Amino acid sequence: MPHAPKSSIKKADKTVDIKGAKNGGKRVIPAEKAARFYPAEDVPQPKASRKSPKAASLRASITPGTVVILLAGRFRGKRVVVLKQLESGLLLVTGPYKVNGVPLRRVNQAYVIATSTKIDISSVSIDAKFNDAYFGKSGSKADKEFLEGAEQKKAALPESKVADQKAVDKAIVDAVSKTPFLGQYLGSTFGLSKGQFPHAMKF
Amino acid sequence: MAETRLYSKGRVLGFERAKRTQNPNVSLIKLEGVQTSKDAQFYLGKRIAYVYRAKREINGSKIRVIWGRISRTHGTSGVVKARFRKNLPAKTMGASVRVMLYPSNI
Repeated sequence: MPHAPKSSIKKADKTVDIKGAKNGGKRVIPAEKAARFYPAEDVPQPKASRKSPKAASLRASITPGTVVILLAGRFRGKRVVVLKQLESGLLLVTGPYKVNGVPLRRVNQAYVIATSTKIDISSVSIDAKFNDAYFGKSGSKADKEFLEGAEQKKAALPESKVADQKAVDKAIVDAVSKTPFLGQYLGSTFGLSKGQFPHAMKF
Repeated sequence: MAETRLYSKGRVLGFERAKRTQNPNVSLIKLEGVQTSKDAQFYLGKRIAYVYRAKREINGSKIRVIWGRISRTHGTSGVVKARFRKNLPAKTMGASVRVMLYPSNI
């Protein structure tokens, strides 16, 4: 028999007529049945943790406008511009998309090398709507339809996100085009070659 | 083809050991281009991957990895100690290992 999902609303106790031999009276059926099995000795419950994680503090080398190298993930090796640090401690980063194909994205600062190249984006205001919730995974577990999964997975990027990307990138691409070679620099990929050792390199 | 390497190269020298006993829980790694323990400090905490191939495919790949981390320096000449999620098998002595650049602190 399929197990019904637990509802958050407490079910009321049922009162039922007694039929048969003891006909006439009523009996109460409790809403939650007592467990059939329980351990012989009381099982010690683990203590609930009173610790909560704090957002990582930003490294001194990373400021808004710093060009940063991504070390892992889909865009590893790409040079990318840091916009700001989000509430969760993750960095908000953009290619810009036109320059190297990296969209607005969150990245953990542990997976990033900060370079000494900085772009002046003080004039750029980053909308408060770009927060962790904006990047969070959408769709609850109820949406998971195994059979139809394949078709729905590659849903096109919503128009609003494409427009957001363009709006944010506009000012940054302007700042990039002012500095010679910066566009080509951001378009290039980082890689170690023979004789290069990270502990001896200045980024 | 442009450079795409985002890791430093290392070699597995063996296990942490005394003359006649060894501790396979800790591997010694020689990092390329690192000659002093001061330089090796940069690599502490960095993740290491021992990558190898196998005949049987798992989850669509014949390439397997044992992940680990550099825990401390060893001696004065840049060798480093590392612990892996699963201890490295003895046949890896002399094998190459990839020392990733993350978790980064620069």
